Amino acid sequence: MKKRFQAAWLTALLLACAGTAGANPADPMAERVQACAGCHGEEGRSAAESYAPSIAGKPAGYLYQQLLGFRDGRRKHAVMQQMLAWLSDDYLRDMAAYYGTREPAQVPRPPRATAAVLARGRQLVEQGDAARRLPACAACHGDQLLGVQPAIPGLLNLRDEYLQAQLGAWRNGSRHAPAPDCMADIARRLSGEEIAAITAWIATRELPQEHRPAPRRDQPLPIDCGGVP
Amino acid sequence: MKTLLKWFALLLLPALAAALWLAWPDVREPALVEGAALPATAARIEQGRYLARAGNCIACHTQAGQAPYAGGRRIGTPFGDVFSTNLTPDRQTGLGAWTPGEFWRAMHHGRSRDGRLLYPAFPYTSYTRVSRKDSDAIFAYLQSLPAVAAPRQEPELRFPYNTQLALRAWRALYFRPGEQREDAQRTAQWNRGAYLVEGLGHCNACHTARNALGGIDLARNYGGGPIPTLGWEAPPLASPQPMSDAQAAEMVELLQGGTSRHGVTTGPMAEVVFHSLQYLQAADIDAMVTYIRSLPPVGDAPVPRQPRVSAARRAELMRSGEPIYRQHCADCHGQQGEGRDYVYPALVGNRMLTGASAGNAIRSVLLGGYGPSTARHPQPHGMPSFAQRLTSEEIAAVLTYARGNWGNEAPAVSPVEVQRH
Ligand code: HEC
Ligand code: HEC
Ligand code: HEC
Repeated sequence: MKKRFQAAWLTALLLACAGTAGANPADPMAERVQACAGCHGEEGRSAAESYAPSIAGKPAGYLYQQLLGFRDGRRKHAVMQQMLAWLSDDYLRDMAAYYGTREPAQVPRPPRATAAVLARGRQLVEQGDAARRLPACAACHGDQLLGVQPAIPGLLNLRDEYLQAQLGAWRNGSRHAPAPDCMADIARRLSGEEIAAITAWIATRELPQEHRPAPRRDQPLPIDCGGVP
Repeated sequence: MKTLLKWFALLLLPALAAALWLAWPDVREPALVEGAALPATAARIEQGRYLARAGNCIACHTQAGQAPYAGGRRIGTPFGDVFSTNLTPDRQTGLGAWTPGEFWRAMHHGRSRDGRLLYPAFPYTSYTRVSRKDSDAIFAYLQSLPAVAAPRQEPELRFPYNTQLALRAWRALYFRPGEQREDAQRTAQWNRGAYLVEGLGHCNACHTARNALGGIDLARNYGGGPIPTLGWEAPPLASPQPMSDAQAAEMVELLQGGTSRHGVTTGPMAEVVFHSLQYLQAADIDAMVTYIRSLPPVGDAPVPRQPRVSAARRAELMRSGEPIYRQHCADCHGQQGEGRDYVYPALVGNRMLTGASAGNAIRSVLLGGYGPSTARHPQPHGMPSFAQRLTSEEIAAVLTYARGNWGNEAPAVSPVEVQRH
């Protein structure tokens, strides 16, 4: 009798734990971030026609840095700034953790550039330009551009307009990461055509089946980045 | 010769008079008294930390993401921008070389250590009411902070507002130094509330309209009005009908926690709660609300001119607003605008929604927002931004609907007004 009771109790506990884990609608955070869903979609999977990026499954550390950046004005966006202005670090960390553990979904994006442009983009992404000591994007963002835990974002599943606007913002100084701001350094060394080629190629990449950001790496990055611990 | 004399009279005399006027202290300012410097004991520093919270010094004197109290935050005024200064004890760029007397003179008379008149973006029109004892405690606290080197940034004001003469004239018109006096007819609680609201809280810096020269319109004290350059409007704190006990209790909740049963603070008020009010003792918040309840009613705040909406057009906006409300708003704010206690603000009887001007409501719908994280409500809920999802026509319609339903009786909102934001 006592055994039976214990077993029932254990099952109940297990069920309760399952109930609080992952993408359960009862997760209180799901309701707290409803305000974000209008632009970033349910659970951070933004719609194909939305300019706002998908944020589902990006490394939580990266998302947390971006939230702090919007709140403190390092990264400029009127709506994001107004939304986050009076939220504590702890709350932003929890929001980042929530989105970091959502499942992303592939949004189809047909190629919109010539084969020559795409080839140039691919070359820069995969090999960089040794003559100009320009590191390959893949050297930091991972071979498959899926990002690296805890602070380097994946680049797939984003619109090319959005990617272009970010590189442009780094180049003209309106987006900042903690110093040394490696992305600002790289973006300033790219020409407008190179940025167009890189973003066009990245936007054609499909999200593979296994798309989690790679685990933390021990070897140093090819360039110093203040945002990466 | 005669013309020369005339020129002299015309140009030189006024210049001389101006120079003389400038050299004279503009406000009655007794000689600087240092007094016996009180020792900066741990208790005094702690007291100062609390009072600095009540004065919300940290909000203006910190640039987001930078060292607290190191200054450098840009503060907009209708006459150009000024920058807050470094309050840390750095000797070159902060208050390191200041004495308590010099600090008191800045708080009380709005004059810097070097004698320069300070811009009233620093709300010394209110801080002048702070007692010398409290000023000394704040000073002791600021001196205990880690020193940070952060040089002063020159203001970016337009001529003639960037001159000491203009400041001098402004002060003659709008600045009366003087400590808060006890009113013996009132309770100690009321007096404490008056001291905090009128002094460190500088609540009328926003909750009273300003005239064209940026002077606080004391004839309409706490009558509310647009806050210059911020794009938000402060509601009146003085209410035409006496506040009920239940309303007062809810105001206490709102000021202390940022979220109350029916309301949430937004925009500049969320900042006041986030950096200042949430840290105050319950007794002090109670005292402030006791004082606010006693404020005499003032005439309606001047309403910015709005495009007219005919009765037929209003009926049309009401009709088209209803389905938009059901689709986009009712999930959170309720079918009847009742909201959800402590989670989503009620729209019924919501002063921010139903004020004469719909400016704040339009801003909320366009930009969205969250209430402030506070000890009581660390993870408040949020309102989405509709700027990309609804047209000006739709926003005007849904707001006209919410302002004119469930007992709300505010005028319609025109799409032209939405486009102005
Ligand atoms: C609404 C914004 C605001 C708030 C709140 C505020 N200040 Fe300031 N403060 C300023 C600005 C702007 C200046 C610079 C004025 C100038 O340059 O003439 C300033 C200047 C000063 C100065 C003069 C410094 C100097 O070098 O001359 C002192 C002292 C000071 N503030 C102390 C305080 C204290 C103490 C508090 C809190 C009780 C406080 N301030 C709250 C905006 C603010
Ligand atoms: C920087 C400007 C600013 C200052 C300073 C300020 N307020 Fe406000 N306050 C606002 C704005 C804007 C609103 C409207 C937005 C909202 O309701 O959150 C508001 C709203 C309020 C409300 C809600 C009113 C209602 O009818 O719903 C109360 C109560 C209030 N303020 C009290 C105070 C008190 C007390 C102080 C002084 C400690 C103060 N405010 C200082 C800008 C300010
Ligand atoms: C996901 C839930 C949600 C939805 C959907 C939503 N709101 Fe809100 N709304 C909130 C929250 C939370 C606040 C308080 C936070 C703030 O004011 O920044 C708020 C604040 C407001 C305010 C300011 C009132 C105040 O007291 O601060 C207005 C006006 C408003 N909403 C109107 C609307 C309208 C109109 C719609 C539909 C077009 C809408 N809301 C949709 C959650 C929501």
